[in-house]
Amino acid sequence: MTDAVDDKIRCDACPVMCYIRPGLTGACDRYANEDGKLVRVDPHVLLDRTISQGGPISAFAKDSELWSGELVKQPFVTAIGAGTTYPDYKPAPFIVSSQVDGVDMVTVVTEGIYSYCGVKLKIDTDRHLGPECATVRADGEPVGHITTGEYGSQMLSLGGVNHLTHGGKKEGRVTCETLLNLSNGKPVELTVDGGASVVVEAGKAPIINGGLEQRMRVGCGSATIGMFARQWFGKVDEVVVVDDHITGVLSEHQAGKLIGARDTGIKMKGRRSTPGRYFHVAEPGTGWGGTNVRDPLDIVAGFNPKVAWPGMTLLMVSTTGEQHAFYRLDEALRPIEAELPDNLKESVERITENCEPALCTVLFMAGAGGSLRAGVTENPVRLTRSVRESLTTVTAGGAPVYVWPGGGITFMVDVSLLPRNAFGYVPTPAIVAPIEFTLRLEDYAALGGHVEEARPLEEVVRRHAERTTNVFVNGAIPRAGRRAS
Amino acid sequence: MSARAQYTRLPDGRRHFHDGPIDLILQAFGADDAVEAAYAAAERRFASVLDELCNELPLLRAPSTPMSPTPEGRVARRMSRAVRRFEAFHFITPMAAVAGAVAEEILEAMTGAADLARAFVNNGGDIALHLAPDERFSIGMVGSPDRPALFGRATISGQDATRGVATSGWGGRSFSLGIADAVTVLARDAATADAAATLIANAVELPGHAAIVRRPARELDPQSDLGERLVTCDVGALTSAEIEAALARGAALAQRFVDLAGIEAAALRLRDQIKIVGAGPTLAPRERELIHAQG
Repeated sequence: MTDAVDDKIRCDACPVMCYIRPGLTGACDRYANEDGKLVRVDPHVLLDRTISQGGPISAFAKDSELWSGELVKQPFVTAIGAGTTYPDYKPAPFIVSSQVDGVDMVTVVTEGIYSYCGVKLKIDTDRHLGPECATVRADGEPVGHITTGEYGSQMLSLGGVNHLTHGGKKEGRVTCETLLNLSNGKPVELTVDGGASVVVEAGKAPIINGGLEQRMRVGCGSATIGMFARQWFGKVDEVVVVDDHITGVLSEHQAGKLIGARDTGIKMKGRRSTPGRYFHVAEPGTGWGGTNVRDPLDIVAGFNPKVAWPGMTLLMVSTTGEQHAFYRLDEALRPIEAELPDNLKESVERITENCEPALCTVLFMAGAGGSLRAGVTENPVRLTRSVRESLTTVTAGGAPVYVWPGGGITFMVDVSLLPRNAFGYVPTPAIVAPIEFTLRLEDYAALGGHVEEARPLEEVVRRHAERTTNVFVNGAIPRAGRRAS
Repeated sequence: MSARAQYTRLPDGRRHFHDGPIDLILQAFGADDAVEAAYAAAERRFASVLDELCNELPLLRAPSTPMSPTPEGRVARRMSRAVRRFEAFHFITPMAAVAGAVAEEILEAMTGAADLARAFVNNGGDIALHLAPDERFSIGMVGSPDRPALFGRATISGQDATRGVATSGWGGRSFSLGIADAVTVLARDAATADAAATLIANAVELPGHAAIVRRPARELDPQSDLGERLVTCDVGALTSAEIEAALARGAALAQRFVDLAGIEAAALRLRDQIKIVGAGPTLAPRERELIHAQG
């Protein structure tokens, strides 16, 4: 928040808490008082693709023929640090035109201030993080909720306008900080009401209740039976793949029947869906296969004495192969744990080998509101239509985005594709994220664009390349600004 | 830990640390694991620096006098210690040394964590250096941020006493009472260099000159430690004799600092004139380029 004192505003972006007069910046040169509003004015980042070491960043033009090869030699002006005002009653900070193969292209570069934004998290794990709809907290504040379980992953939705603006002041601030850190690739610790605590960082494995998740399941328990039935046949009499969703039992499963697996008389807990496929064998948890099971025999109800036989062997294994146990039935048909024979070790290892490394992935999602679109064109709805008609390409910090069908310009972007620290925030609270619209100059004019504000690419690069400091060290130009005292 | 602080690896391997108004560019040279350990230590130390400073801002913005209490924080103490040398000469607050003091503190965290051949922490032009005896840094001096042309260079070797370099001028981020484009000071530590550069730049002056636009510092920054003092906002046309006179005032103070306050050397620049004070290592104006000689 900003407190107005006369014509000054007080910035609380950092503990210096500057009072800033209209038209001037605070001590950091990053936040300024523009007509009584706190705005961010970072120098924008010129992302020179030839020196960018952030890995591949996709071409932003729709017509790859026009752009491929050429682009790598041209700097692409991203919106990172472009600055913006809210609402965007003024043309966007940078409207850049460049000519490629004789076609005038325009990139409208701005940073959007998004109160309507959040992140979608995909956390690769079988472990139970919490029931659907459970509140997800950071620093004790509600910042989102658990949504669905997907194949090998748990989905979380964080942020959104309700957490950012409708909750308490602390809730909004913590939500903003959580979104900012996740989007900038930093680790964040989340706790789920009635569930686990998880440390999430884009591109890294999740840490669940203090344990680093290693693998993402190759399939559900039933699918695992199907994949490995042939490798088990003849080496073991029964195999149970323990899974919170669908536990598989080899002898009953269609895959077992096909290769002639003999009935074993095993009786499972839970609810049988179809032969060899069981739901709800235990409660969800952080044990075997996403259940709360620590001792796998807990899900076995017993053995039918008319079918089972002494000496019968049983392999129990989790969906990732990380947990396994081998048993042999004694004279009373009680399973007695024994060492896993060498010829089964390979099959267990193969399950593990087929599991991909567990990762957290973070998609930033936001809606470019009417006011942001007004910074691009005098007639905001025409920009929406132009995006719909694929005349205008939308990128975020140079990264490709997915634009949702339907009204408005609501997009998602994989944060790992943006340069580091591409996201910022304003104390409103809201997230500041780069967004670029690229289109042909004639199309831009047609949709009522601020053509008169367009500046040639070379001029933008030249003018902003001059922002260097006053002392070189060792022949290199430091990026930072002027004296800080 | 500050959730604000940002740590970025620049494409050429240098690091950029940012927190609030602080921007550091730093680099360590040595064995790979030593360099990594140094960066890790620097990040850990940097995380709390701004909060520590802000805890004591009122004291750090107050004029330094023999009666001033000693601050609590390590960086604040460095600032206080550095400006003590100058309080007898001129009005000064510990804030005059904040950039250099932060640079020193981070550099010390790095050299304390690992054995480095050399390292620098550049806090917006105020630089703390580490040099093993056989190592050297080449430093270029730039007149103004808008026209990054070298006006001189200094080579600092591990044998020299210099471990701090600072530059001050009215076009910089902080306010100046003077009109110097740039005053670069070499000293034993960065905090001292920082404070000295600020004072010498203030002294490059033409009191009452009509071509100089000044405004009270408080009008520009309501919390400035300079209060109602007039700070330079613009400098118009000056004659060659006026430039010489302004530089002479600054050079006189620089000479006193060399003699009495422990700085090694200073280079003062105003428009096309440069004055060098003190022996220092090899602080030399750059030979003028032909294109300038023609004009």
